Amino acid sequence: MTAVAERLPDLDNPVLEVDGLTVDIRTITGTVRAVNDVSFSARRGETLALLGESGCGKSMTATALVGLLEPVADVVGGTAQLADVDLLSADRKKRREMAGTELAIVFQDALTALNPLYTVGTQLAEPFRIHHGMSAKEAKAKAVELMARVGIPQPQTRLNSYPHQFSGGMRQRLLIAMAVALNPSVLIADEPTTALDVTVQAQIMALLRDLRAEYRMAVVLITHDLALVAEEADRVAVMYAGNIVETGPVAEVFANPQHPYTKGLLNSVPVNARRGDELKSIGGTPPDLHAIPEGCVYQARCPLARDICATKRPPLDSVGSNRKAACHFPGEVVNV
Amino acid sequence: MSEKLLEVRDLRKSFPVPNAGKKRLCALDGITLDLGRGETLGLVGESGCGKSTLARTLMMPERPDSGTVRFDGIDPFGLRGKDLLAFRRRVQMVFQDPYASLNARMSAGDIIAEPWRSHKGMYKNKRERDMRVRGLLDLVGLGAKAADKYPQEFSGGQRQRIGIARALALDPDVIICDEPVSALDLSVQAQVLNLLNELQGQLGISYIFISHDLSVVRHVADRVAVMYLGRIIESGPTEAVFDRPNHPYTAALMSAAPKLDGAERKERILLKGEVPSPLNPPSGCRFRTRCWKATEVCATSAPPSAVDREVAGHTAECHHPLLDDPSMLASA
Repeated sequence: MTAVAERLPDLDNPVLEVDGLTVDIRTITGTVRAVNDVSFSARRGETLALLGESGCGKSMTATALVGLLEPVADVVGGTAQLADVDLLSADRKKRREMAGTELAIVFQDALTALNPLYTVGTQLAEPFRIHHGMSAKEAKAKAVELMARVGIPQPQTRLNSYPHQFSGGMRQRLLIAMAVALNPSVLIADEPTTALDVTVQAQIMALLRDLRAEYRMAVVLITHDLALVAEEADRVAVMYAGNIVETGPVAEVFANPQHPYTKGLLNSVPVNARRGDELKSIGGTPPDLHAIPEGCVYQARCPLARDICATKRPPLDSVGSNRKAACHFPGEVVNV
Repeated sequence: MSEKLLEVRDLRKSFPVPNAGKKRLCALDGITLDLGRGETLGLVGESGCGKSTLARTLMMPERPDSGTVRFDGIDPFGLRGKDLLAFRRRVQMVFQDPYASLNARMSAGDIIAEPWRSHKGMYKNKRERDMRVRGLLDLVGLGAKAADKYPQEFSGGQRQRIGIARALALDPDVIICDEPVSALDLSVQAQVLNLLNELQGQLGISYIFISHDLSVVRHVADRVAVMYLGRIIESGPTEAVFDRPNHPYTAALMSAAPKLDGAERKERILLKGEVPSPLNPPSGCRFRTRCWKATEVCATSAPPSAVDREVAGHTAECHHPLLDDPSMLASA
């Protein structure tokens, strides 16, 4: 295979296909729907961004996929096909087999994701010992290799250090090393650089890009940062109040959004061209999950809203090749 | 620059660190800056560079080890008693976390009126105070009715508005905004930035705007100061610092920030390694351990001030300023 072909996403063969994922949370004041009928697919060599503000359900989607939902949250519908297995209905044993070998996740907060009581060498060697049955010595050697691969200086000596002895950026590298250790086909990165400074963020994103090409992984990048999506992702799914409201190739969605929420987000970013001007913000706040309105989830903040929006929820319909939007009036978004 | 309001000269502050022997952590290592009336100074830099220590020193919970602060010609650290109290009114702060910075057991009205418990002379009686609270709530766009509600009844953006109203209660000349929008969602962030901008237009306040988000700083600041390990390594008019950075660190920082607008993207400069510990800053130029232009001289002597010949007030501390290198200018 040529170098160019290697970088091209495998467009026809999604490795992960999520269909109709729905998650409910039981709260003392009733059950709320945190993720509603979310469908997307991820392809090898490609980055899909799940973009949205806090509470939109993007992280809940990720935790549901990797099976780490809090006990108060339940998957109540949908399937997630990965390597001929439905992740959502698989039993614990099957899930465990697939953890790391097929599906891996990198969390935002690397300090809490690492065990403070074990050396990083032990933690990095763990996947090799469990899944490949390696001896401690063999697994340690693999760990050193991995640490070198993700750019940790002096891996031989750092092997015996504890997580608190590493900086934030180095910890995130360790987490990434653990995630890619067993060459998974899908890597979910949940706000992987939000806690990091920009120069370190640039290093980590460059590392993720390299690893994606090297292992031909599908990367699902969960973030609230539009600029990061613009630079790192191939496709984007914009989420609002538990629903995907728009999907498509990043360049097209950002250049010509077909949902008023996407347009509103884009307008809120301070860009140099409009320096000093008033920013166009989105009025109001996202709806309380206890009181999601009938009809469109965005109606209360939408400048295009009219009668039909209050009664009928717009389906996520095709608005051009590879693009979908859940709006009754996608043609008018350009005026927002 | 407009009329000078705040003058900081060679400010130093260090802290003792446990188990470090006689070594002290040098948080501010000779900070010099000016702030004009009605001006916004953006302060950028990565975690641990001393931004927040500088804010705390200007707010006066920290006393500097050396250096001077002049506010309208007055040294606030020389004031005592009534004079000091009167001075404190003039510099107020808006905090990063709108959840932690408001007392959940006080109503919005009480939170905004609380500063007047120390500054007793400002309003004569309860009626005047209540009127002013309602006025402030209107000013920040919450409406007078919000006075009786408690913080938990508000969203993050609304809470930040309460924090801003509290800062305005004492009619300050300067508000130090320490990452005021970084805890907020994008759509709400835009609302709060617009509010800060409007208030500046109406009241003529100066802001020191601390943020790690470069696109936000570029949007709000008139001038920018870039900090690295306790020093301001480059400062100047916002446009100049962003468009023609003279210090390699500034250039790397600007290039590292992801940009929404493809036209603004430049070739990314990936820095090696991370910020060294402020307990053990490198000799000479503190950026040299990560700098691709570093030579021997950078390790032996502190970098001189390099000026931008085309933009007044744009200076950087570097032995090898980028603007002296024609090849860098061409790409910028």
